[in-house]
Amino acid sequence: MSAPDASYKPLPKARLALDGNLLRLLIACVTIFVAMSLLKPDVFPTPENFLSMGSQFPEIGILAIAIMITMLTGGIDLSVVSVANLSGVLAALVIRALIPPNATDGQVILGLIIAVAVAFLAGAVAGLINGALIAYVNLTPILATLGTMTLYTGLTVAMTRGNAVFAENRLTFIGTANLLGIIPIPLVIFAVVVVIFAVVLNRTSFGLKLYMLGSNMNAARFSGINVRRVLLMTYMLSGLLAAVVAIIFLGRNNSAKWDFAPSYVLQAIVVAVLAGVNPSGGSGRIAGIVLAILALQFVSTGMNMLLFTISGGQFFKEFAWGALLLIIMVANSYSEGRRLSPRHKPKTD
Amino acid sequence: MLKRILSRQETLVGVTLLALCLTIGFINPVFWTPGNWFDLARSATVTGIFAIGVLVVLISGGIDVSFTAIAVFAMYTTTVIMNNIGFGGGMFAFFLMSAGIGVVLGLINAFFIARFRLPTLIVTLGTQSLFRGFLLFVIGSKIIRDLPPGMAEYSGAFLFTVTDSRGITVGLHSAVLFLVGVAILAQIILRYTMLGRSIYALGGSREAAERAGFNIAHTQVFIYAFVGLLAGLAGMIYGGLNRQANAQDIVGQELDVIAATVLGGASITGGRGSVIGTLLGVTLVTVLSNSLILMGIPSIWQRVVIGAIIIIGTAVPAIRALRAGRRANVEIEPVLAEQRS
Amino acid sequence: MTGRASLPAPQHLMADAFLTLNHISKSFAGVQALDDVSLVVKPGEAHCLVGENGSGKSTLIKIIAGVVTPDSGDIVINGRSFQRLYPMDAIREGIQVIYQDFSLFPNLTVAENIALNYQLSRNVRVVRWGQVHQIAQTALDKIGVRLPLDVEVESISVADKQLVAICRALVQNARLIIMDEATTALTEKEIRALFRVIRNVQQEGVAVLFVSHKLNEVLEIADKVMIIRNGRVVVDTDVASLDRSKLTYYMTGRQIEEADYDYRPTNEQPLLEVRHLSSRGNFEDISFALRPGEILGITGLLGSGRTELALSLFGVLPVDSGEILIDGQPAHVRDIQSAIHHGIGYVPEDRLTEGLFLDQSISRNIVIRTIDTLTRPGGLLSISQVNRQVRYWVEQLSIKTHDPELPAKSLSGGNQQRVVLAKWLASKPRILILNGPTVGVDVGSKMELHEIIKNLAREGIGILVISDDIPELLHLCNRILLMRRGRVAGVFDRPEITEAELTARLTEATSMARPAG
Repeated sequence: MSAPDASYKPLPKARLALDGNLLRLLIACVTIFVAMSLLKPDVFPTPENFLSMGSQFPEIGILAIAIMITMLTGGIDLSVVSVANLSGVLAALVIRALIPPNATDGQVILGLIIAVAVAFLAGAVAGLINGALIAYVNLTPILATLGTMTLYTGLTVAMTRGNAVFAENRLTFIGTANLLGIIPIPLVIFAVVVVIFAVVLNRTSFGLKLYMLGSNMNAARFSGINVRRVLLMTYMLSGLLAAVVAIIFLGRNNSAKWDFAPSYVLQAIVVAVLAGVNPSGGSGRIAGIVLAILALQFVSTGMNMLLFTISGGQFFKEFAWGALLLIIMVANSYSEGRRLSPRHKPKTD
Repeated sequence: MLKRILSRQETLVGVTLLALCLTIGFINPVFWTPGNWFDLARSATVTGIFAIGVLVVLISGGIDVSFTAIAVFAMYTTTVIMNNIGFGGGMFAFFLMSAGIGVVLGLINAFFIARFRLPTLIVTLGTQSLFRGFLLFVIGSKIIRDLPPGMAEYSGAFLFTVTDSRGITVGLHSAVLFLVGVAILAQIILRYTMLGRSIYALGGSREAAERAGFNIAHTQVFIYAFVGLLAGLAGMIYGGLNRQANAQDIVGQELDVIAATVLGGASITGGRGSVIGTLLGVTLVTVLSNSLILMGIPSIWQRVVIGAIIIIGTAVPAIRALRAGRRANVEIEPVLAEQRS
Repeated sequence: MTGRASLPAPQHLMADAFLTLNHISKSFAGVQALDDVSLVVKPGEAHCLVGENGSGKSTLIKIIAGVVTPDSGDIVINGRSFQRLYPMDAIREGIQVIYQDFSLFPNLTVAENIALNYQLSRNVRVVRWGQVHQIAQTALDKIGVRLPLDVEVESISVADKQLVAICRALVQNARLIIMDEATTALTEKEIRALFRVIRNVQQEGVAVLFVSHKLNEVLEIADKVMIIRNGRVVVDTDVASLDRSKLTYYMTGRQIEEADYDYRPTNEQPLLEVRHLSSRGNFEDISFALRPGEILGITGLLGSGRTELALSLFGVLPVDSGEILIDGQPAHVRDIQSAIHHGIGYVPEDRLTEGLFLDQSISRNIVIRTIDTLTRPGGLLSISQVNRQVRYWVEQLSIKTHDPELPAKSLSGGNQQRVVLAKWLASKPRILILNGPTVGVDVGSKMELHEIIKNLAREGIGILVISDDIPELLHLCNRILLMRRGRVAGVFDRPEITEAELTARLTEATSMARPAG
């Protein structure tokens, strides 16, 4: 048959579908925001608080994007935090080795570039190992990344004998400085990552393949998608995102350690699932991640403000995150039940 | 038949374990002393009980990451309540209460999973935060070292003690009986009851199980309540053995326990797994992590070794399955059947 | 004999009926799936339920099995009326369904698969393994089959799985066995064996309700035929009063005449030539040539190597020796990517697990094969190019949907198959391998798909059709290659062989090798 006729009118632009889940998230976000602003009008809706919140969530947000892209393929990357710590320790070691206390500006810049490059390289290699175990050895992603999580953490322990490695304040500007004097750098990094991944997922053939592969791995293979390459790429990207987080960690803490932030893995999964990413693959959107992380941040900060006088108030956040996750999941399951019209029902007849 | 036994993950893990024990024992004879084995048994008890619970969930095709939160919740809450009422009785009451709390929390999991049919990983992630957040926020977050008498004495409840050649007295702690009991109970349920078979059926094919008339919701309620029960029990044992109630403890171990269970042959996709394999997996991980020093390997390498074992231990069956998929499909006719003219 | 059949159920007839459905209606979210359907099944009767995709057959079966509850109407089994029928009630009353997907437990042994449902329906709480084996053995003996009891069902062949599903139904002392498309995975010979079993149980008074797309089967096995269209009963009658064309007419509501493919031989260079191709444990010494515009059929029993050959040509299974030539040049097809590079397309046997992305939109399903070419300078996707391609193929293959952004699972089987075809056609393949192109597709869609396939061949694409649907092959192909135990057992040009002869040659293939006359 002949090539597509150019005279066909294009279909209406792909609908900027605010699907049910995104809408619920948006409502949750706004509701929480309004509620907190009413409860704490003097401290919650203030520029200071916005900046403070903006500097808090980028790490988990970026980790959630890493979890999201692996979930889109029907997998998961449990090793993200261990990769971040491994990359962070390596970067800190490079900084210590290459930048003497009395270094010139040139030495500092060169040293930092090498340190960041090493962190990225480590993240990419760690991600590639995950991808290879999944794509070539056929390990279940949960198992493969569970194993490498232990392995990478172990390597970090062995390299540092379990001690923290200090980065000589060379990267602390990331944690303290603000772009244009107001926007925290971690937030800028998060925004850049969001934009890049929104484009990659929605406007590249790699992105489409990612969704398709997660939807049906077998059909993807039979459609000529190079499934192994896509999986390798995905886990490598996940490793790179972990390395980005490593740099933010270093900037914030001025040190890297093997056991830093282990709870971030589960928190990142919570964000991804709250964002509407289907853990069995094939659907999920970056916009969801942004809304989910905002909702969670509003809850955390607001609750801190409300409860800071109560002992153990800082733990309410954990409770609230869990509750929010369950509520959204239950709400989604109700709306799915409603949506089960024959139009969407598989015809088995 | 022999080939089938040899190809089982249980056999593989068992042989590895044996080889490991012989190697460690060869490098350092201390390995074979009763003291070392009593230590191993003690370390394996809590993980082992957790792992049996994880096994049951994995067989059903689910995954539970909330059991550690249930364990610490049940243990800490029991301790707080017993302290507040000034309970002076024995440890049995502690186990009963802790297990009871565990069952209740397990039922909360079951409610979300069976009623709304939500993915088990997501539900238990949520309840993990929920339980732990509630515990730390409402019940308490401080370490309790001033324990009720029954609980305080528990760490000395040895089955028997042995005095070795150097005059050091070591004992086998009675908690190991719980592990034995739980293992036997789980084996009986899984192998010889329709309930147990319904768990395998559910893990094999949920749709087929529904059509066959199994009550999936009932099965799931049992599964998550049972895991809750075991978690409550294990949490209490943990607290008793450590002679303190720390509300910020235990959570964080869940992935290690799942790894040990999977190493023992339980399938993360459901339908497969055995009690004996799980015990072997837990033993392998425990022996490895406890014996590196005996082998002269610095303890900082412990995690590297365990990580490598998990990867290799799961990669071997995966590669084998990959090969099996490429086996011959057609029985080829030996000679050309007919010549076309 | 058009329109609704007269309503059954005078009181005296119901007395000896095993199952009576009275005026059953069911709708899903406002759409009527079943509208006032009545059915009477007497002991020992073989009923056939026939209808196009989406006609309501599956819903009806699920209602009888207790999996779906009707909105109105009542169900009487054995004289007992049920307001709400649960799966366990249906099972206890002796209703057994053999589902299209068999509904077995892959992780359990053959013995347990056969015995489990039996024990469950008898409220057994403690499992005695000796008993499990005994139940399974009895069931296997009943139909005279030998299967290893302690092997996991996952590792046995499709045909054996079917047998296990049948044994499981028989062991229950079923009074009514429902077979939902139970033969789509079976080859001719296995179907014969199944029919023998059905006749045996019928003699014992067991009723059979048979759902099939294969009209030959319907006419062969059934005493009575009920045809549903759009949720309504069109015909409910004795089989004797029907023939093939009437059946087709009632199912589709129109008369369709099919013309055989009109291939005119040419001496062009073969698009694809296969010389002495072998893959250890899959097939041996296969040679054939495929010219532009040819439709070459490949048939054979399950396990004859026909699918394996197709998979090797598509780069999925490795080849050990022999040559594949494309346009006369040796081609090294080592993986799917290289097969695609050589212009080979493959429409898989199992549409749902290998062909389609059910949850993804129709448009994504169509463009995924060619997505790398639908980019703007800079590598980003061009939405307008994507939309143009989707629109073109939806119209070209008349894919019936009002919005290509709906998920592929919203389509009927025939339209789903068109989407899979569109995916491949978009990449302009020169050689198209179609494995079971109309499996699970209703008669109407099947004919339309045949037209599409013939048109593609007329445009010069070389087509390989792998199928065990003999009428389909004889209709579509100008040449048919018969495979037997991994080897070529015969090549037939269409005019030279009849349906009866080819069917005979196919079934004969199970007997031991014996030189043809």
